[in-house]
Amino acid sequence: MEHFLDSYEISLVVKAAISVIMALSLNMITGFCGQISLGHAAFQGVGAYTAVILTLQGYNFAFATAGGMISAGTLGFVVGLTSLRVRHDFLAITTMGVAFLFSGIVEQTKALGDTDGISNYPHPEFDPFGYMVMTLTLAVLVLAISIYVQRSWMGTAFKSIADDEDTARLLGIDVARFKLAAFVIGTAIAGMGGSIYAHQTTIIQASDFGFIESITILSMVVFGGVGSIPGVIIAAIILTLFPLWSQVIGDYKLLFYGGLLFIMMRFSPQGLSGLASDAVKWARLERRKVV
Amino acid sequence: MTEISLLVQGLLDGSLYALISVGLTLVYGLLRILHVAHAGFFTLGGYLCVVVTNATGSFPLAILVAIVASGLLGMVIYRLVYHPILRHPPFVALIASIGLFIAMEESFRIIFGEQGVAYIAPPLQITLQMGELFLPISKIIAFVAATTLIGGLGLLAAKTRTGIAWRATVTEPEMASSFGINIINVRYLNFFIGSALAAVAGIIFSLTTNLVEPTSGDVWSYKALAIIVLGGLGSMKGTLIACFALGIIEAYCTTNIIGQIMNRDAIAFAFLIVVLMIRPQGLFTKR
Repeated sequence: MEHFLDSYEISLVVKAAISVIMALSLNMITGFCGQISLGHAAFQGVGAYTAVILTLQGYNFAFATAGGMISAGTLGFVVGLTSLRVRHDFLAITTMGVAFLFSGIVEQTKALGDTDGISNYPHPEFDPFGYMVMTLTLAVLVLAISIYVQRSWMGTAFKSIADDEDTARLLGIDVARFKLAAFVIGTAIAGMGGSIYAHQTTIIQASDFGFIESITILSMVVFGGVGSIPGVIIAAIILTLFPLWSQVIGDYKLLFYGGLLFIMMRFSPQGLSGLASDAVKWARLERRKVV
Repeated sequence: MTEISLLVQGLLDGSLYALISVGLTLVYGLLRILHVAHAGFFTLGGYLCVVVTNATGSFPLAILVAIVASGLLGMVIYRLVYHPILRHPPFVALIASIGLFIAMEESFRIIFGEQGVAYIAPPLQITLQMGELFLPISKIIAFVAATTLIGGLGLLAAKTRTGIAWRATVTEPEMASSFGINIINVRYLNFFIGSALAAVAGIIFSLTTNLVEPTSGDVWSYKALAIIVLGGLGSMKGTLIACFALGIIEAYCTTNIIGQIMNRDAIAFAFLIVVLMIRPQGLFTKR
């Protein structure tokens, strides 16, 4: 069957779709519920390792992915429990600690291939195009879940916790339950992203899910505008494809990321969505001036 | 005997942690910002010391250049980066700081090269032997420098007018301001001293390893953050105790079963998470 995309373009689409999934899953925790996480890639890693181990045992891709989601979500539940104990800056550093614990333990464990990682595991029997369609379908599903959660009562509760946790508690919102829900949903989706990632590449290593990767995901959320679904999706796509397309930016990828994060925070802490709403306001003002 | 050498090792590492964490605690105490980019000054201090020593042949001059340049850059960073975003929620400054740190590391890579730099003729490479104990002189200097500098800082804060102004600003910024203290100057001083101390730590690091790479500051950055959180964020006493506790715990744990399960960096964070679960406010807190 002839496709209109070559294999390189297909791999780009899959990469971008994985980024969208990861960014939306972090947006659930950091954007909707206001709980900062500096270790999100660790959950992707847990999902990826679980899924790969399950495929090595002979289970199919769907089952392995579900397993990855469950293990990542379980770890997310535990980290969610810590978010009930510590807040703000303390939580940021604790989640950063989770990222270092993940790579620190995986790299010392023989069964997980220590620093060499795991390779030579079976891949699902899709052709690349089919894999791309599946990834895109899952990304759309995650988008649908995000929109659903945002519009539901749960989304309102999340928002109240993000705005002011103490007031939310005063209003009778079960803060602990909703925080845990945000962490479990977000990290389980990250686990799914991990499984998709692992079955697209041929080798997984702890360093694929390190602190810098966590920051990369966070920068997508921040660049897009914390909590804004369209902003986060656009940012995830731009920040994934830009470094791959342009070789100059590719070489200075980290400088680009670092500079971008810094400049965005310095001049527009609301990210792309903030810029967009500013632009809309400005355009309205201009129109009024003309009339 | 190994027990004692582990203890000594732990105290020596702890003193290096102390030099770098003190500046971080000062910034947090004053501005409530997690200054991730602080370790960038550690790396900068190391680089400048190596490069200037190699270029001029004078180690003391290199130390002076490294400390003053890092301190001044710290003030510039405060003015350009933190000052304009203080009114935003704390995560804005945190993410800006992470971005700045990544950008600083990449700048080091571009300016000084991928491979890192080393001394042509490394100064102070003597190892003292005491019984079965081998002590590199650079680590002893680290210990002496850390205790002297931090002790000096304590005296400055306790006895001088500047120190009183400084402490007043940390405790009650508005009140201090209404008593005629220039808060902005206090912040500049804070960043100068903090960054200069990080540079001192970087210089000592360059002596012990004789190699400074763009990513040399990574581990220190994250560990120093863990340390100040452990110490209770903003508490100087807690930070210093946490530094030495972590140094000793790392020295012991790498030799036993915990060291087989996880690597050295993970131990620091495992310790942090355990402590935070028991005491969410850190080991010591002021309020």
